[in-house]
Amino acid sequence: MNTGSANGPTGNERMLKIVCPNCGERHYTEFRYAGDATKSRPRHGSADLRAWHDHVFLFDNPKGAHREYWQHVLGCRQWLVLERDTATNTTGRSWLASEAAPP
Amino acid sequence: MTERYSALALARHAATGAPWPRVWRKAEPKPTYDVIVIGGGGHGLATAYYLAANHGVTKVAVIERGYIGSGNVGRNTTLVRSNYQMDGNTQFFEYSLKLWEGLSHALNYNVMLSQRGQIVLAHGPSQLDVLSRKGNIMRLNGIDAELLDRADIMRLLPYLDYSAGTRFPIHGGLLQRRAGTARHDAVAWGYARAADRLGVDIVEHCEVTGFISVGNRITGVRTSRGDIHAERTAISVAGHSSHIAAMAGLRLPIESHLLQAFVTEPIKPFVDHVISFGAELFYISQSDKGGLVFGGHIDGFNSYTQRGQFPKIQAVAECAVALIPSMSRLRLLRHWAGIQDMTPDGSPFIGRTPRDNLYFNGGWCYQGFKATPATGWCFAHTIARGEEHALVRHLALDRFERGNGHDEYGLGQWTYRQ
Repeated sequence: MNTGSANGPTGNERMLKIVCPNCGERHYTEFRYAGDATKSRPRHGSADLRAWHDHVFLFDNPKGAHREYWQHVLGCRQWLVLERDTATNTTGRSWLASEAAPP
Repeated sequence: MTERYSALALARHAATGAPWPRVWRKAEPKPTYDVIVIGGGGHGLATAYYLAANHGVTKVAVIERGYIGSGNVGRNTTLVRSNYQMDGNTQFFEYSLKLWEGLSHALNYNVMLSQRGQIVLAHGPSQLDVLSRKGNIMRLNGIDAELLDRADIMRLLPYLDYSAGTRFPIHGGLLQRRAGTARHDAVAWGYARAADRLGVDIVEHCEVTGFISVGNRITGVRTSRGDIHAERTAISVAGHSSHIAAMAGLRLPIESHLLQAFVTEPIKPFVDHVISFGAELFYISQSDKGGLVFGGHIDGFNSYTQRGQFPKIQAVAECAVALIPSMSRLRLLRHWAGIQDMTPDGSPFIGRTPRDNLYFNGGWCYQGFKATPATGWCFAHTIARGEEHALVRHLALDRFERGNGHDEYGLGQWTYRQ
């Protein structure tokens, strides 16, 4: 068991952990980060270059609440959406990317 | 007014015991300026200095949320070099290195530039071919570069792993003798002092909370210490670029990521050069205090926490020991993280923005420290003249709209893989 120390939490406790909907809580090193999940890709075949540019190149990059894709590459290989506060790394809910966000 | 540093001044103070004056004034924000520079890092201070020194614009305020030296200018690995291969980068970073070479005299402040040489290692014949090409590009641009073979490397760096069983055998490398390190805090303090001597107000502990505008024109900033108006406003807050730009209604091609750096306990002189591993992103030098200073890749996901993740320590330590096996005996003294702007092509932005009279500098990825003098020089020019300096025209904020991405490493459009 990891109980930390007088100097604060140990690395194991500080490490970002992600709850995979299939596999449960795992260290983030099992996952691959894949960017902002709030972006929606322009419709296939769309000729709106501005919309494509914004989708590919621009980021909200908020300091605070962020909703992002991760893939559990060293686990079930499923894509999931994670809520995380980028100012503190505190994680919130997570769900499979193939499913709608929970209410 | 601060006094000029010289051997004579040193002797005078030693003889009389007179206290040295403050290095820069503690300025209160005035209601109006010609130029406000948001961000008192190396780049912001250099920009303010060159606005005053090169363009005669002295009604300038540098406003800083924390204190001078608290951000990325004090969190980097202090490397300076100009071994780039893309047109635009090559000339810009060489211009920067030339400014570094005269900086201590220009600022009347010792930035402790140490041109100890940087060696990039090749771990196979094809990698040595790539370095040879880069070296040729540098030499065609008048930049020093020397291709080294394995015997050269063994003579210069006898402590690397040359054993038969090593995973990444060393075939050779590329040496830039003029590359090296500079004392990062001295760079911040030197620019702050020199700008202050020319009349620039350096306002610390002053956080920007919004912009003041008339139509599309930015006319000042709202801060924790009141409104400040200015003819022109410049953003230079790499790490928090998106956060500040969003207050002006701008979305940027930038994500904020953490880069960690490490220093060991001090030891006697050991690593005489700056060395870059060729098998992974890993770079190491030895500070004047004796600590080995090194770093690797970003953590891999966007974050503003300024606190790195532990697995990266292992990854970087593995690189260190693969390259220099004797480092396994050293203890790590400190490690820290800086928030780094990452861009889709690994190159920064300097120039105008869609908002009138608002200028932007950021997106520096791994390259901000070495660029400090040239960024200040070119950004000041851009602000004073209202159009980009020739050396930074390829770094426009809207370059992706025109298909002009500037991808030195050819990695593709992922901020977190640059």
